[in-house]
Amino acid sequence: MRNVLALAGKELRAYFHSPIAYVVLTIYSALCGFFFYSFVATYVIQVFRMMEMGGGGPSPNINEWIIRTLLEGILTVVLLLLIPLITMRLFAEEKRSGTIELLLTSPLTDMQIIGGKFLGALGLYIILMILTFIYIALLFVYGNPSGLPLLANALGLLLFGAGLLALGMWISSLTKNQIIAAAISWGVFLLLFVLNWIESYSSSTLGRTLSYLSLTTHFDNFAKGVIDLKDVVYYLSVIVIGIFLTARSLEVLKGRP
Amino acid sequence: MIQVQDLTKRYGTTVAVSSVSFEVRKGEVLGFLGPNGAGKTTTMRVITGFLPPSSGKVTVAGHDVAEQPLEAKRHTGYLPENPPVYTDMRVAEYLAFAGRIKGVPRRELRNRVREVSEKCAIADVQRRQIGKLSKGYRQRVGLAQAMIHNPDVLVLDEPTAGLDPKQIIETREMIRSLAGQHTVVLSTHILPEVAKTCDRVVVINAGNVVAEGTPQELTERLQGFETVLVTAEGPEGEIKAKLERVEGVTLVDQRDIANGRVTFEVHADKQKDVRGDLARAVVESQWRLLELRTSGLSLEDIFLKLTTRDVSEEAPAN
Ligand SMILES: Nc1ncnc2c1ncn2[C@@H]1O[C@H](COP(=O)(O)OP(=O)(O)OP(=O)(O)O)[C@@H](O)[C@H]1O
Ligand SMILES: [Mg+2]
Repeated sequence: MRNVLALAGKELRAYFHSPIAYVVLTIYSALCGFFFYSFVATYVIQVFRMMEMGGGGPSPNINEWIIRTLLEGILTVVLLLLIPLITMRLFAEEKRSGTIELLLTSPLTDMQIIGGKFLGALGLYIILMILTFIYIALLFVYGNPSGLPLLANALGLLLFGAGLLALGMWISSLTKNQIIAAAISWGVFLLLFVLNWIESYSSSTLGRTLSYLSLTTHFDNFAKGVIDLKDVVYYLSVIVIGIFLTARSLEVLKGRP
Repeated sequence: MIQVQDLTKRYGTTVAVSSVSFEVRKGEVLGFLGPNGAGKTTTMRVITGFLPPSSGKVTVAGHDVAEQPLEAKRHTGYLPENPPVYTDMRVAEYLAFAGRIKGVPRRELRNRVREVSEKCAIADVQRRQIGKLSKGYRQRVGLAQAMIHNPDVLVLDEPTAGLDPKQIIETREMIRSLAGQHTVVLSTHILPEVAKTCDRVVVINAGNVVAEGTPQELTERLQGFETVLVTAEGPEGEIKAKLERVEGVTLVDQRDIANGRVTFEVHADKQKDVRGDLARAVVESQWRLLELRTSGLSLEDIFLKLTTRDVSEEAPAN
């Protein structure tokens, strides 16, 4: 375990040694900030409109109106864009520079190597998540969103990100070129994002199955603040598949059939 | 300490190493000698567990590299052809990282980093970023990394490649000083390196072992004669005739002539030291003797002989 953490620490530090961490964090907080501002502004206008209509009813739900739309916005645009930047270097860079020889000739199992890299990337991702929740925390200062659904939101965001990181890590292990790894990841992620469109024009079993596999379908409940075991299992499977494929790819790299 | 039995390694259909066997004894420095593409790096990658063998068996410190890879790797330090350094890390940070993934206990880590840094003469660049170091320093950082967990076996792929002459000498001395406590395998295509640093040599060409023995044994077995270079000033024909009459001389070859100075390559029986007689022969005839030495190139000749013989044998088959 100690060597896994050593590797994870090295990965995390490598992000901050290079411009990647700063670029990702800057883009993320700028986009997130803009999303947040827009949704809050829309919400406020909505509240005023309801007051003008003389409504004495309850003000619209903050969790629904701001947090949910914010999370969905973050997922579809920001993470799709940024996660490939986080994962592209994981293995591609080690292969290009030859440092993979150090890892593969050290007394580490393949799973320890993969685990260390995955945790390192997850570390940077968790920093992004913390930024998100700083924005959300602001809502507590000016409003009173309910806190419990936030747990579901956080779990969803974590699982979703971890799934994409695992897939991105696998794609990075297929090439020596970081740009190629990022490009393929964008393609694959985009496809997985829009897979649920199939549902709207095909009701065959295949159509429904494919749509079920879409990464976005399973986030709906989490965004609403609901934890459904089905969704948890789905994202955990994505993580396991990503890790498994990476392990296969390392075997191939070492010339094992 | 290292046993390689019938090792064959194929990349797809190309056979990089074919049925290679040799052994490295504890505390010994073994030179792995061969031209480009001979299969040195491939063999070393199998020994270090980076690549699995296609067939055959390799054990390090009694552990089969295919069956007990972790145990074998714990006993092995490896310096690949290109030092596997993270260019954005600082030297001390990198060595500590290497120590951690290789299981150096937390309490000893600091000491180990200091020890290998001193051994490899990189103590003065601990805080420098590796990407900003010169090639020579990077190479030494790579070497320090290989030694960080104090392994029994060190596998060094061309450890002196790209170094300046002074650093080459220092690195060789360092490797010599490792002999005894560590078992070292190093690859090279530089011949004097083998003669100066290795106890034993395995010569490999086109994936096959073509010779094995101590540098001396190889010289003697394959040469069968001693070569002396004689440079003198005088009439070349007469000198040549006189040298040929010296007892024990089998062949005199004129190598070079410039400004009236002639160099001869004299082959003689290896049991007999003919140098004294050669000197007397020249001086007695009132010619000026400018230089007389045993040929330092002998191992080079052997190497070429070994590796070109194979090619010429193969050629008709194709
Ligand atoms: N990854 C690979 N895929 C296919 N063929 C390879 C691979 N690596 C090496 N080879 C081939 O295997 C043979 C042996 O290569 P190897 O690198 O072991 O030689 P070497 O003795 O280390 O040479 P050098 O002195 O140039 O370092 C060469 O013919 C090379 O082309
Ligand atoms: Mg090589």
